Amino acid sequence: MYDTSDIRKGLKVLMDGNPFTVVEFQFVKPGKGAAFTRTKFKNLLTGAVIEKNIRSGEKLEPANVEEKTMQYLYAEGEDFVFMDSDTYEQVTITKDVVGDDSDFLQDNLECAVLFFNERAVGVQLPTFLVAEIIETEPGARGDSTGNVQKPATIDTGAEISVPLFIKVGDTVKVDTRSRSYVERVNK
Amino acid sequence: MLLVRTPDGDRNHTPSGTAQPGDLIEAEPGKPPRVVRAYLRGDYPTPENETARLSQRRIEFLRKRARAVAAIREFFTAHTFLEVDTPLLVPSPGLELHLDAVPAGDGAFLITSPEYQMKRLLAAGLERIFTVCKCFRAGEQGDHHNTEFTMLEWYRGWASLELVLADTERLVAAVAEAVNGAARVQVGERSLDVSAPWPRMTVAEAMQRHAGVRIAGDETADELLARVRAAGLDVGNASAWDDVFYSVFVGKVEPALAALNRPQFLIDWPAPLAALARRKPDNPVVVDRFEAYIGGIELANAFGELTDPVEQRARFVDDQLSRQERGKPAYPIDEKLITALEEGLPPSAGCALGVDRLVMLVTGAPTIADVLTFASDEL
Repeated sequence: MYDTSDIRKGLKVLMDGNPFTVVEFQFVKPGKGAAFTRTKFKNLLTGAVIEKNIRSGEKLEPANVEEKTMQYLYAEGEDFVFMDSDTYEQVTITKDVVGDDSDFLQDNLECAVLFFNERAVGVQLPTFLVAEIIETEPGARGDSTGNVQKPATIDTGAEISVPLFIKVGDTVKVDTRSRSYVERVNK
Repeated sequence: MLLVRTPDGDRNHTPSGTAQPGDLIEAEPGKPPRVVRAYLRGDYPTPENETARLSQRRIEFLRKRARAVAAIREFFTAHTFLEVDTPLLVPSPGLELHLDAVPAGDGAFLITSPEYQMKRLLAAGLERIFTVCKCFRAGEQGDHHNTEFTMLEWYRGWASLELVLADTERLVAAVAEAVNGAARVQVGERSLDVSAPWPRMTVAEAMQRHAGVRIAGDETADELLARVRAAGLDVGNASAWDDVFYSVFVGKVEPALAALNRPQFLIDWPAPLAALARRKPDNPVVVDRFEAYIGGIELANAFGELTDPVEQRARFVDDQLSRQERGKPAYPIDEKLITALEEGLPPSAGCALGVDRLVMLVTGAPTIADVLTFASDEL
């Protein structure tokens, strides 16, 4: 069990059966009262942030949470197979855990996979990745006024908006969080 | 001796080795150049990795701190107070349940507050005294706490708490004026007006308004817990009166105080939170005590002092038992303080104010480490 003195950013605790990580904490102590640690927790399953004042002397239960770096190998039906880069163990992760980012999965892409009680509960893609444009309309030449963009599909299957000068075969850097074009990359 | 940095891309052969780009070479006329080992390959201090230098911001805060402390001394001297220097090393530190003294070996402790010695001085015949001294509270470290911190305490013999309250608001305004040119302090992005007089609210009003909990001062811990639960508040496994109270206070009242744009006096504290304050003669369920909050920072704590030696000893014994119950060391009772009370302490009032926190307010520093020469982790 953790004491309040163990509280630090990233500490994984179990509250009401859910795994939380400590996001922020502050030592609070009224002059003549007991000490508290005002703590902000993020629910690792839902992403919800809650705040709690833990009184010194109260204990927190550790959560069986682990984050592993895994490489994406291939898709198997609706699911996705990842491999632990250290142990070469393979894990099949379902579509609902991978979520909307599944169309950014590239061969051997290194992702951070969150395990709770030995079960994969979340997949975190790297913020940026480099991909090839496989489909887009040719942009109209000379029409460079303003920030006009056109739709394009990258090799992982995701659809993003790119500037008009991007053509099929170009390599681009993409922000997976905002699902947007960052810049063209010269390969 | 001349230290010359090799330009990037050059290679310099010296008898002590080949200098790489970024190395420092010691070059003395008439002597062969020498590669200086301590500065090889980027190990020399740069603005990104140097640790000894203080930032300009920190230096400015320390200058303002010095001005603030000088202003404190000026204020009290002008009000005919005598500055006194009380011991930091004592056999009987404060017996408060929630304050832990730093042991100094051989049965001696560092003070958590100069209170006991200051009260003995009042009994000894000094009427207006103040001290600015270091205090030590083990295990307290955070944005507003440092184990070793600076406390201002002042006492008025033959006076009521009302006078000390007036001292507090005038002192803070005077210090702000001396440092910033105006009676204003900075909390985050906000600038607060600290000119006297400051608004007051009883603890009961604050708990009712900000937490929806009714406090009288004579309810039992269970009754209080029931009311807190009825208000829909979660206090974990707290069961003692003060634990339940402070869970609610820290959760609901302090954040509300932090949002105010003026300083706030909290007056009339319930009897279970008496500490060393005397009960109010006209209303014994509350004690003669106030706290000053500015921008959510607890700045000062003041009492109409308890002068009854019998009740004081009883409270000390109670504190010792409470400490033992929680597995904490029960420090010896300060018998010489009890004797001073028996010989007669005049009706008095005193206040304890956190100097580092006052400096935080007048400089706008977000954390106490910014206004210290060295924070705990810089030692």
